Amino acid sequence: MSVEGCRVLPSADCHLLLDALQAKGYCVIGPTLRDEAVVWDTITRVSDLPIGWRDRQEPGRYRLERTGTGEIFGVVHGPQSLKPFAFAPRESLLQIERTSNGWSIHPLFPKPEKIALLGARPCDVAGLAIQDQIFLRGPYRDPPYASRRENLFVIVVNCTRALSTCFCSSMKTGPRAQTGFDLALTELDDVLLIEAGSEAGKAILTALPMSPASEALLAKASKRIDACAESQTRLQEQEVLPQALYDAHDHQRWDEVASRCLACTNCTMVCPTCFCHTVEDRPALDGQHGERTRLWDSCFTHEHGYIHGKNIRPTIKDRYRMWLTHKFAAWHDQFGMSGCVGCGRCITWCPVGIDVREEVAALLASDGHSAARRSGSP
Amino acid sequence: MSFVEGQRKPRLGVFKFASCDGCQLSVLNLEDELLLLGAALDIAYFPEASSRMEPGPYDLALVEGSITTEEDEHRIKAVREQAKVLMTIGACATAGGIQALRNWADIGSYKQCVYPRPDFIRTLATSTSIADHVKVDYELRGCPIDKDQLLRVVTDLLAGVRPRIPADSVCLECKRRGNVCVVVAKGMPCLGPVTSGGCGAICPSMGRDCYGCFGPAEGMAKGVGYPPNTASLAKQFHDRLGLIPIDVVRRFRGINGAAASFRRESEAWAVKRTNSEGS
Amino acid sequence: MTNPHVIHAATIVEKIRETADIHTYRLRINDEAERQRYHFAAGQFNMVSLFGVGEVAISIVSDPEEPESLDHTIRAVGRVTNAIARLQAGDVLGIRGPFGQGWPLDEAHGRDVVIVTGGLGCAPVVGAIEYVFRRRDQYGAVKILHGVKTPEDMVFHERFDRWERQPDTEVLLTSDRPGKLWRYHVGVVTELFEMVSFNPMRTIVLMCGPEIMMRVGVPILLRRGLPATSVYVSLERHMECGIGLCGHCQMGPYFVCKDGPVMRYDRIEPWLGRPGV
Repeated sequence: MSVEGCRVLPSADCHLLLDALQAKGYCVIGPTLRDEAVVWDTITRVSDLPIGWRDRQEPGRYRLERTGTGEIFGVVHGPQSLKPFAFAPRESLLQIERTSNGWSIHPLFPKPEKIALLGARPCDVAGLAIQDQIFLRGPYRDPPYASRRENLFVIVVNCTRALSTCFCSSMKTGPRAQTGFDLALTELDDVLLIEAGSEAGKAILTALPMSPASEALLAKASKRIDACAESQTRLQEQEVLPQALYDAHDHQRWDEVASRCLACTNCTMVCPTCFCHTVEDRPALDGQHGERTRLWDSCFTHEHGYIHGKNIRPTIKDRYRMWLTHKFAAWHDQFGMSGCVGCGRCITWCPVGIDVREEVAALLASDGHSAARRSGSP
Repeated sequence: MSFVEGQRKPRLGVFKFASCDGCQLSVLNLEDELLLLGAALDIAYFPEASSRMEPGPYDLALVEGSITTEEDEHRIKAVREQAKVLMTIGACATAGGIQALRNWADIGSYKQCVYPRPDFIRTLATSTSIADHVKVDYELRGCPIDKDQLLRVVTDLLAGVRPRIPADSVCLECKRRGNVCVVVAKGMPCLGPVTSGGCGAICPSMGRDCYGCFGPAEGMAKGVGYPPNTASLAKQFHDRLGLIPIDVVRRFRGINGAAASFRRESEAWAVKRTNSEGS
Repeated sequence: MTNPHVIHAATIVEKIRETADIHTYRLRINDEAERQRYHFAAGQFNMVSLFGVGEVAISIVSDPEEPESLDHTIRAVGRVTNAIARLQAGDVLGIRGPFGQGWPLDEAHGRDVVIVTGGLGCAPVVGAIEYVFRRRDQYGAVKILHGVKTPEDMVFHERFDRWERQPDTEVLLTSDRPGKLWRYHVGVVTELFEMVSFNPMRTIVLMCGPEIMMRVGVPILLRRGLPATSVYVSLERHMECGIGLCGHCQMGPYFVCKDGPVMRYDRIEPWLGRPGV
């Protein structure tokens, strides 16, 4: 946050930000209260936001509570990351029709509207950047993802309060967003500090009547963000994790966690970075046309590791190990980064409250190795 | 697997055993697609829909309901002999249904309670699935079945393709729909994590907890089936969501109570209940 | 940039029977422009679609210098392949590709080539063998070691006979179990290693089959002085996208569809045959 770039908007004037976004043709989407959590939905006025509410999250448990304050962004996050906005849970890829001399194939593309995502968290922005790496910068650029992504304008809110499940500071993705946003907000009592992270962001800022932020306000923001980082439970030993987890393949902890894991897929669904998907061909009853759709999939499903006649990962132990090792080890080899942003959703939204931080810590403990580690001889 | 050779339309038979007819109604509820289905198949035997009742053999037999009488034990064997492909539809046929609650009770006293002349009632002491009696080619779960899933399977069979019937958790479908988890946010004892999807997560989408009507989420379409981790979920219901052992028993002993992994879980908690009462 | 999800209709111009449940389908891409654009390397694969049913990864076994005619040897074993098995010449399939890393046939230039295959999964290496024999003078000695579980599992009889008649070529067959008409070795494929000689410094090994065969077999070859960097294996995993996006084919740090299916042994060794990987 630089002194020159940072401006102050009184919280009471938050509607001006909405007006400016709407004037630029954006549909503003932000956190809204629904089903005792916050979910993304359209924001037409400031009162659509969960003002005066906070969330309490712990392993396997999510509760909202009313604070009665005017805090706009008091809720840290809900079950949804930014993932569905670019990597849709269900995406039609092709339409196929039988013709007189064969088949005609029509690729389908989403027709996304311009969306301004208000209230994303730094961990979520980092998650989106990881998905960009996968879907846009690999050997192939994924057209549906690209088309949705191009239409996103991201307004991140820096965190001044950590949940018991948060560990973004360990993963170096928060609590202050460094990159990957168009606008960044920090809410301090009754003001919002705003800075731009892109040209599109600057264009919005110029439309707002704001004064520069004082040194004192900036110091206060930094202090609160730093305190938020300090208050988090840390995930230790980032650097050694990949090799240590590969080495822990025969660790007894996998059996222990498999006795608790439901293989229900929830952790992978709420994860901002999990990208597995399956492809489904759906024929019409008349056999004359069909559609190919891709759907979110999970490494916890029965068919994920299936290959004619055998299942590579038949047990819950295999699947949990696959997931965790992929996130914290294989991801580095595949994409040059960790697959975890420390948002803690997999901890909160696990129906039995498995805490990935505890599992990693237990796996790093040296006493669980089986004596029968592969010796290299057949 | 090919249904029929040549141009003849495949013959469909729909058979009912102990059941409420709801799954057959799901077939009728296909509405527009029912006409397409009628065009693609020769509906030879479907008493719920038509008075035309032609004898077998049938290329596809859809079987609804469970086996609860001696007569039905014989009749299902006759249906099997007449059917090239036999597919069970619904929780009664696939797991014995809600009427399988009798499996843990004394049938004599049930009869006494319900009927003025119990000696007129000829019934077996148990309600069992079709697969307990004859070979079943495919199973469609649910109470009732999902009509869309039925259509998918029939479409595949007509195309001569082995149907794909995924058996992953309700959670997968629930999260794809963007729902908030009712276990985590509301503390409801939802069976979704151990229950097979296919329903489109209708109950959690309405803010309700899944009661397991699609039965245990275990691989059945392909390869070896691994049972879901009901023990861990049951423990969570008890330890964190405050269900007492008898509530845990009841949770698993519902529409699919007699499905193997749900049955084992409820029986394990029934023992805990007895033990805790005894102490 | 091309859309990797688009499939191209391709007509089956010929269906060649290999065994009762294995056929080779010779495909020709319908669209003229796409047919001109399409090129592949030996060992690469296509995602082959049967419309309305699904898609499977199948290696291309024909010659890369004749990309207008694409041969896919397919065993009717799953949902999609069983449905494909009912198709005939003139029917239409869809293809996307080519994807993946093929066999290192340039690197093998001038060297002796030892090919080890096990079970029914030898189709991916058939293309490489044919490639070498079509350019016989560019390669050194060729030794083909093929193992099956039972004599009945022996496929591609004619091909093995034809290969055996090639100059400077040895073909050794083995079956785990004996059979009345089986006139070859009885035992596992690694026993054939003892029956061939090779110069470890000028040999390249191409291997295809069950992972356990690779895990047990390769160390035996390495003990005879073969560098681990001279061994290549073709791997199999569940694939849905073919381009490293869908996540299914992961094997340790690799995506088999993108980093493989052919991988150098020293890179994949820690993961081979590991349960759950």
